[in-house]
Amino acid sequence: MAIDTTRAAGSEFSPDNPAPLIEPPRTRTPHSPRATRTNFELYGWLFMRLSGIVLVILVLGHLLIQLVLDGGVSKISFAFVAGRWASPFWQVWDLAMLWLAMLHGGNGLRTIINDYAQNDDTRFWLKALLYTATVFTVLLGTLVIFTFDPNIR
Amino acid sequence: MATPTLDKPAGAEAGADHLVTVTFRIRRFNPEVSDQASWQDFELAIDPKERVLDGLHKIKWEIDGTLTFRRSCAHGVCGSDAMRINGRNRLACKTLIKDIAVLKDGRGTKPITVEPIQGMTVLKDLVVDMEPFFQAYRDVLPFLITEGNEPSRERLQSPADRARFDDTTKCILCAACTSSCPIYWSDGQYFGPAAIVNAHRFIFDSRDEAAERRLEILNDRDGVWRCRTTFNCTDACPRGIEVTKAIQEVKRALVTRRV
Repeated sequence: MAIDTTRAAGSEFSPDNPAPLIEPPRTRTPHSPRATRTNFELYGWLFMRLSGIVLVILVLGHLLIQLVLDGGVSKISFAFVAGRWASPFWQVWDLAMLWLAMLHGGNGLRTIINDYAQNDDTRFWLKALLYTATVFTVLLGTLVIFTFDPNIR
Repeated sequence: MATPTLDKPAGAEAGADHLVTVTFRIRRFNPEVSDQASWQDFELAIDPKERVLDGLHKIKWEIDGTLTFRRSCAHGVCGSDAMRINGRNRLACKTLIKDIAVLKDGRGTKPITVEPIQGMTVLKDLVVDMEPFFQAYRDVLPFLITEGNEPSRERLQSPADRARFDDTTKCILCAACTSSCPIYWSDGQYFGPAAIVNAHRFIFDSRDEAAERRLEILNDRDGVWRCRTTFNCTDACPRGIEVTKAIQEVKRALVTRRV
């Protein structure tokens, strides 16, 4: 992407030696992305809208219960969390919140990386890091919700 | 043939008191001189009811003939002179000095900045390489596609069917929308609002039979799903096309698979 604009002393630009130009976008090169013919981007876009709506309810409800109602933040303790996770309803609530928030945020970061990472290598490694972190957090969270033991010492 | 003209009245210069002095700050680039673009100021006495294009003409014809810009019809139809004026994409031929300059005592308080449109390679001064823009335009098949034999009479269409794509027929391909789109700026692979507008023009045309093909093209990675609805395109369009709305209509057609 970056072009070299430094030049040797004394080599002035002239009609015979014009300044370098950036290769225009959308020129067809062997590296041009091929048409994929899948609905992946469509489903990604739809998922962002739908999960966003659900997350508004889940996250605001979560914050209300945890931080505002019934004594506010001071009531939160190991016993409070253990009591909530004894109920399948709150397990499902927290699981849904975890999965939707991680996938929603992960997909959002994927689009940002696609937009702003200029270099193919940078893009690859940023995405690798993103996907690893997403999968790790989702799996770890799921594991904790389902294997949570209130009698732990 | 001699054109009869009136003799100039003695106090011709006295008629110049309607002129105002404004500074044009123009982004200059000449690859044969330097690889860096730079700003150059020109001070002009100009009628505030004239257009930015008139100012550029005055500079090119009377001050500095090397100033390079595109214009053909000069009346807002051909779409050649889209440029970034005071930080917004506009047609130089439709922008009046009095609308963009803050005037005080017959002087502009701030210079009028004129830059080439963003996101495309600058060739010289205000001229950019439009090829990527037109490549995206060609990619969406912007022409009538039908099957079967040609009808022996015109293809009829109801006023209601015509109204569905009326807004997008107004596009003059000036690139003001595409070059105002932050997604287009990022890597230039996004089709851009103008190409989608021109796809919309045929997708929603009841006489056309290739809507499915165009939707498939715009369903791809660099198609409509990269639109973030920032409305820069709608703000920039000199023809007042509701560009973002047209893009959303294409998205809806893709989601519902109904045109």
